Amino acid sequence: MEKFLKLDSTIMPLNIENIDTDQIIPARFLKAVTRDGFGDNLFRDWRYDNDEKLIEDFNLNNIKNDSKILLAGRNFGCGSSREHAAWAIYDYGFRVVVSSFFADIFRNNALNNGLLIIQLDQHKIDKIFDLVSKNIDSSFSVDLNEQRFYSSDGKIDERFEINDYNKTCLINGYDNIDYLLSIKDKILKFESNK
Amino acid sequence: MGKTLFEKVWDKHVVDSIPNGPSIIYIDKHLIHEVTSPQAFAGLNKRNIKVFRPDKTIATADHNVPTLNQHLPIQEALSRKQVETLNKNCDEHGIELYGLGHKYQGIVHVIGPELGITQPGMTIVCGDSHTSTHGAFGSIAFGIGTSEVEMVMSTQCLLQNKPKTMLIEIDGNLNEGVYSKDIILYIISKITASGGTGYFVEYSGSAIRSLSMEARMTICNMSIEMGARGGMIAPDETTFEYLKGKKFSPKGDEFNASVEKWKKLKSDIDAKYDKVIRYDAKDIEPMITYGTNPGMGIKIKDNIPDNAINTSSESFNKSLDYMGLKSGEKLTDKKIDYVFIGSCTNSRIEDLRIASNIVNGKKKSDNVNAWVIPGSKSVEKIAIQEGLDKIFNDAGFEFRQPGCSACLAMNEDKIPKGKYCVSTSNRNFEGRQGPGSRTFLASPATAALTALNGFISDVRDYN
Repeated sequence: MEKFLKLDSTIMPLNIENIDTDQIIPARFLKAVTRDGFGDNLFRDWRYDNDEKLIEDFNLNNIKNDSKILLAGRNFGCGSSREHAAWAIYDYGFRVVVSSFFADIFRNNALNNGLLIIQLDQHKIDKIFDLVSKNIDSSFSVDLNEQRFYSSDGKIDERFEINDYNKTCLINGYDNIDYLLSIKDKILKFESNK
Repeated sequence: MGKTLFEKVWDKHVVDSIPNGPSIIYIDKHLIHEVTSPQAFAGLNKRNIKVFRPDKTIATADHNVPTLNQHLPIQEALSRKQVETLNKNCDEHGIELYGLGHKYQGIVHVIGPELGITQPGMTIVCGDSHTSTHGAFGSIAFGIGTSEVEMVMSTQCLLQNKPKTMLIEIDGNLNEGVYSKDIILYIISKITASGGTGYFVEYSGSAIRSLSMEARMTICNMSIEMGARGGMIAPDETTFEYLKGKKFSPKGDEFNASVEKWKKLKSDIDAKYDKVIRYDAKDIEPMITYGTNPGMGIKIKDNIPDNAINTSSESFNKSLDYMGLKSGEKLTDKKIDYVFIGSCTNSRIEDLRIASNIVNGKKKSDNVNAWVIPGSKSVEKIAIQEGLDKIFNDAGFEFRQPGCSACLAMNEDKIPKGKYCVSTSNRNFEGRQGPGSRTFLASPATAALTALNGFISDVRDYN
């Protein structure tokens, strides 16, 4: 997992609620046996019509930026447990998703792949959407160590929550499986007492 | 203070806890399938380690398999490769595989219970969100991502934050024409597609107790559709009776001893939940969804509303535009194109019996394509023994072979763009049943009657 410390970026706004993982990556693209290349099909059916033509009024198509922060409506990542959704978002180039509410399985999948989740109250999310709609080039920063998300013009400055374990893993690029393998003795002891 | 059923099972599986972090939870059964496992096996191979407890792991091929001509090689190259990769991985890691052609093959959440793999008090995970199904037996069962699949393969453990607990209690007698699918669609329509997020739900009350195991599985299955990590029901005589004689159930004295242990798996009277919701069974009627998430559901005779809880008008209107519907419109009498009876929600033998009872001796409407996809080879076998395949085929339905099929449309079974499908599956998301497909979720009874009439129909009007 890549380390995550600080990041400066514009925002890609997607003001839609209940974005489910079938929208993030439709099932017909889950046939791969590797983790690579899912970014090409991120939001596939919102980006392209049935004739494979770009749908121009969809933000990922009509906003030309290389944003690393995706801002979305509430209940992001609901539905299927497919981790391919987190892989697709990461592969496309995003490193942070900001919303007022995340589905549980998506949250775990994102954090397990170095994709930071920032959850803020809805009125704060509304304020950010508003700022971005007025100026799509607004610049934002994420400081994981400080747990701070702020705009360069000072209009947004929010603290976000993350538990110590996830924070340590992200900052150091630690791997959960390495950790679990390191406590194998405890697992064996648990099994023998069962 | 007493403990909830969830807490009792959870506490028994905590290997360790990280301060201000997740717990390390031991997993009793790991179910795997072809779509969410290959990258996890690749991770193990990269670390040069084997699956830690292959005897606690069971595999099947379901998501991406054809539902016709399963005896032939899979036509589509990518799907074939995915299924072959599963075969190879299971072989290399010594995992029991009920692959395509095996007599136990089927949808992972159908075969676990029917083989007695799923038992009360267990922790069960699978790289599929509908793993919540197995909670119907009083187990903690939930869906995980592929990185988590790799954790369980490596160490039989998972890092998980303990969810909050919610009790949903439904008392009273169920109305005529109301099935367990209607109960869960009713609940989700009340608490929304995100109302359960962060919680593990326990269902109780006399209406829940009155249900068969198949019906309970339908309810727990769709817990994820309100965002809940899982749902569970305390085991009782119905549970024990179901498990008796199943392939992997304990046998003889061991079974009786297990039942004594399982009887203790219920919430204490003084247990505290983080949230409690109560419904009256008499308020529940046959349900149908009208929008693009399972929370957008109404009583089948109601008109489409002009808003939904926790949904902005933009999102609400986007949803109705996609469905080609308008606020105030009635859904009964709406002409439809497809009927899909299947999926881990409603493809068990009881579901097929309910649907075939309605279909028996009748013909489907000419404007409808109707597919019946049994949940497993075992369900298919019983259905054929009982002559249900003949009832469906004679009525013009297609009785096919087991798999996830048009629930997620990974295989060829897709609903075409713009077409309407009444589906017994679990998700009405945009494009879920194929790009541009439009889904109405309903019970097998509603789906069967709709196929006969050619338009959305209320089972209470059946004669």
